[in-house]
Amino acid sequence: MVVVSAESVPVKSEPDVVAVRRRVREVSAQLGLSLVDQTKIITAASELARNTIIYGGGGTMQVQTLNGPRVGLRLTFEDHGPGIPDVALALRDGFTTGSGLGLGLGGSKRLVNEFEIVSRLGEGTRITITRWK
Amino acid sequence: MSEIQLNQKNGTLAGVLGSHMDKILAEWLREMSNTVRRSDLIKESDLRAECSRFLQLMKQATELDGNNFQSPAFDGVRDMLAEISRNRSQKGFKPSETATFVFSLKRPLFNEIQAQHKGDAEGMAAGIWSLTELLDAMGLYTTEVFLKSREDIVRRQQEELLELSTPVVKLWEGILALPIIGTLDSARTQVVMESLLQAIVQSNSRVAIIDITGVPTVDTVVAQHLLKTITAARLMGADCIISGVRPQIAQTIVHLGINLLDITTKSTLAAAFSVALQRLGITFVRETVKS
Ligand SMILES: Nc1ncnc2c1ncn2[C@@H]1O[C@H](COP(=O)(O)OP(=O)(O)OP(=O)(O)O)[C@@H](O)[C@H]1O
Ligand SMILES: [Mg+2]
Repeated sequence: MVVVSAESVPVKSEPDVVAVRRRVREVSAQLGLSLVDQTKIITAASELARNTIIYGGGGTMQVQTLNGPRVGLRLTFEDHGPGIPDVALALRDGFTTGSGLGLGLGGSKRLVNEFEIVSRLGEGTRITITRWK
Repeated sequence: MSEIQLNQKNGTLAGVLGSHMDKILAEWLREMSNTVRRSDLIKESDLRAECSRFLQLMKQATELDGNNFQSPAFDGVRDMLAEISRNRSQKGFKPSETATFVFSLKRPLFNEIQAQHKGDAEGMAAGIWSLTELLDAMGLYTTEVFLKSREDIVRRQQEELLELSTPVVKLWEGILALPIIGTLDSARTQVVMESLLQAIVQSNSRVAIIDITGVPTVDTVVAQHLLKTITAARLMGADCIISGVRPQIAQTIVHLGINLLDITTKSTLAAAFSVALQRLGITFVRETVKS
């Protein structure tokens, strides 16, 4: 796998969610993802960014463009918040500890090709999503 | 004052500002007109007055506390730089053009310091180094203030945008349309949705069409706001139709698992309007004119 470019975007407060979507839109358009695929990864990023802020207490998004053997976009959301006690439960549709619909995690998993979540109690959460071209 | 002290003072910034102010001012103005000529944005006479006042402040500050930009002696200088930066950012200058105000002062001051230290290489190097540090600190400061005030302007505009009343259009007796354009985030969504509900009450409408053609992303938060509004509208006796659902948005809604099952959605506003008319039992008949 060849990482062509990488950058880090702050995910600290509500206005950052807008900036995250804008950046993911730009990069996925540059990569030549189809409009549907662009919309999917933008929406997933919007969900994960918001979780990072609301539940993770803020963090960062890493943007990587991949090339070879496949072209794709990989986003990593990382925070040093409380972590998720039961990841399987958190992924279940309708589960929320806040006031959301409880669809963000499960939904973003369905919107991308690869979804990886590492969460440790008291240490934080790292979620990596990839959408291939 | 002994001769030695006098010499030392002559070689310092305070010294050259004191004895060659007019010359420095003239060279500075010339320097600026070579690098950035923005006579479209600032009048020549205003610029001259501004520069002259600035050199006076610099002279006072350097007399008090050398070239130490952080010291309280420089309060006046900093205030004026901040004022200039804010002013220019509002007038539409670029950040680099604003910093040039400071940086174009380099050459005139260098020349003077150099002239004062003829034959004293060490003194000259020290004088120029300290001057460079001071001017760099001032340049950075203008850029910081400039960016900060740009941010303030953007924030204000965003807030103003929020307060713009959202257009709720009456399409027909009993039918409202709410075209939503732009990013729907919590603050704005709240405003948009409240004005829709209010308009429903005021106009006693039975059908409300929420058009999301202009909404770039529909995520769970946007969906939740839509669902809440639609539920509230129902309680007030109005049915909602969502229009402008583009194919890519339809797909993401499905993948997210958002249940819009009992809400009518249409791809275009026209299609939604026609459904709304049907609900109100209104039909149109094309009359054929007999000749
Ligand atoms: N970064 C995180 N740190 C800690 N807990 C998290 C994090 N992300 C998600 N969670 C937990 O997982 C739950 C489910 O998240 P999910 O995004 O699916 O739903 P939600 O955010 O509650 O609602 P929705 O996303 O539908 O608006 C959250 O309620 C929260 O308890
Ligand atoms: Mg969520």
